[in-house]
Amino acid sequence: MPLPSISEPELAAAAGALRIMLVDDDALRLQQVELALVAAGYTVVVRLATADDLLSAVRRCSPDVILIDVDAPSRDTLESLNRIHAACPRPIVMFADEGDQETIRRAVRAGVSAYIVDGLAAQRLKPILDVAIARFHEYQAMRRELDDARTRLADRRDIERAKGLLMQRRQLNENEAHEMLRRMSMDRALKLGDAARALISAAEML
Amino acid sequence: MPEFDLPAGDMPEKPCLRLGLMPLADAAPIVVAQARGYFARHGLDVEIAVERAWAAVRDKVATGVLDAAQMLAPMPLAATLGLDGVRTPMLTAMTLSLNGNAIVVSEDLHARMCAFCEEVGGADEQPKSKALVWARALKRLIDFERRSGKPAPVFAHVYPYSTHHYELRYWLAAGGIQPDRDLNLIVVPPPQAVAQLESGRIDGFCVGAPWGEVAERRGVGRRIVSKYQIWNNSPEKVLGVTQAWAALFPRTHLALVAALIEANRWLDQPGNRAEAARLLSEEHYLEAPSACVRDALSCKAADADFGPGLVFHAGAAGFPWRSQARWFLTQMQRWNHLRTDINSNAVTAAVYRPDLFRSAAAMVGVATPAVDEKVEGVHAGNWTLAGSPSAITMGADRFLDHRVFEPAAGRNVIALR
Repeated sequence: MPLPSISEPELAAAAGALRIMLVDDDALRLQQVELALVAAGYTVVVRLATADDLLSAVRRCSPDVILIDVDAPSRDTLESLNRIHAACPRPIVMFADEGDQETIRRAVRAGVSAYIVDGLAAQRLKPILDVAIARFHEYQAMRRELDDARTRLADRRDIERAKGLLMQRRQLNENEAHEMLRRMSMDRALKLGDAARALISAAEML
Repeated sequence: MPEFDLPAGDMPEKPCLRLGLMPLADAAPIVVAQARGYFARHGLDVEIAVERAWAAVRDKVATGVLDAAQMLAPMPLAATLGLDGVRTPMLTAMTLSLNGNAIVVSEDLHARMCAFCEEVGGADEQPKSKALVWARALKRLIDFERRSGKPAPVFAHVYPYSTHHYELRYWLAAGGIQPDRDLNLIVVPPPQAVAQLESGRIDGFCVGAPWGEVAERRGVGRRIVSKYQIWNNSPEKVLGVTQAWAALFPRTHLALVAALIEANRWLDQPGNRAEAARLLSEEHYLEAPSACVRDALSCKAADADFGPGLVFHAGAAGFPWRSQARWFLTQMQRWNHLRTDINSNAVTAAVYRPDLFRSAAAMVGVATPAVDEKVEGVHAGNWTLAGSPSAITMGADRFLDHRVFEPAAGRNVIALR
């Protein structure tokens, strides 16, 4: 693990100037992984979306490591290079070190897979993969927070609308309307926001 | 929730499962088992995950993100042998489908090949299969164009250890083409194959249904050869799990296979294919024109030479024949994808598990063959095989070149190379 006191050139030397190729359709996640790798002293030589022509990119940029979204359809294309290929003399293999099944499991669960080119030693890949896994996790958490925030906002809006409907149609005050909505949601085992949306769509149908 | 009461000792150890499939017409068994409640009837609560790459299917099964998945028939062999890099022992207890793939060429290549068809088709006294004529025409065309300095054609398949890859190579070689020298073979994900054919990046492909139908309907390519023509009623997709998973959850595994056998029995009853196509399209498992999905599942081939399309149950379709596993191993060796000094008896026995299929089939009253291997390639039409509890009507099993594959002989009668 490099200590904070180590200078940048030293970091780069530790990283051994490995050339990394990133393939991801999620532009924002790709950018964050790249920033993290560059901060750790690595060189990202090429960034691609998954539908781009992977084979010519590999030929053109000769990366040492390819990090790619686990679910990218073009992974199957990449795997066809794992035997020596006439057009691409450096074999690419899936990183699957028997001694490090745990890293692989963590990577697949986080959504990233790694290919090493031309027999790169597994211990040189591990720190790169760790950076990518951490960023994929962070990104996932960020997305979840964003989704949660959106849901909370939508809930607040719909609950207000549903209460408004109840107040108007049943001549209730705000507290009574809220209490009625709360009871509806408990009776139907729904979240308050979902109960509100059910009520709104029922009202729209009438 | 299970609809009937299983004795407590028979309940699956792991009732909640994640099952992976690829968006193809032959994902029907899993979709049907879910929609018609066969999984539930066997005490299983299944969540279906639609995957986008075979490599992802393999990784997720290997790491336990998925419990089981639809795989290409050679995949559990490649994973167990470590050919794909992951080296996770896997097995299959059931073949999920037969037939269905097609070799498709661009309109342009089709026209160029046609110019040579008459020459190679008319030269023989015996009428040859159309599939063989096409392969020979391609060989002549490649030789002719090479002399004028034209680049070799590019053909795509779907995965290094795929049925498509070995079928394509078998067909090319039958026409005298050396796949590693005479043309370029690459991998293209099936949903992208039609667009790449249209753009001219590839000249042909071998992919599963309904993508051949889609290419034809869009007018960008033509199906010239079917998987059936290369090897009649040969295995296509299988149910793959890790050997570790199968050992931990034996009852769950049998319940899963039994439910899928029921789905496949339903799929092969007349009149049910249209409903299956509707399920695949409407539930958005498969983003292809619904007319093409319907054509692929109802096996409406425009050309009778293509033979029957997808088969799920008839002729002991689900039985994981060890002779067929051996055939895949010999093809891997033929093309230098696998060393020749492996113990193929041990690999075949560990990965293809007809014994498990028999146990599951007995749970749902389906007859199974009494033997684990058969001579492949000897039957041109229907034949009868001894089975338990009753005899089974089997379909044709011929190869394109009429060779016979005799696994019991201890060596491969198909000449390597």
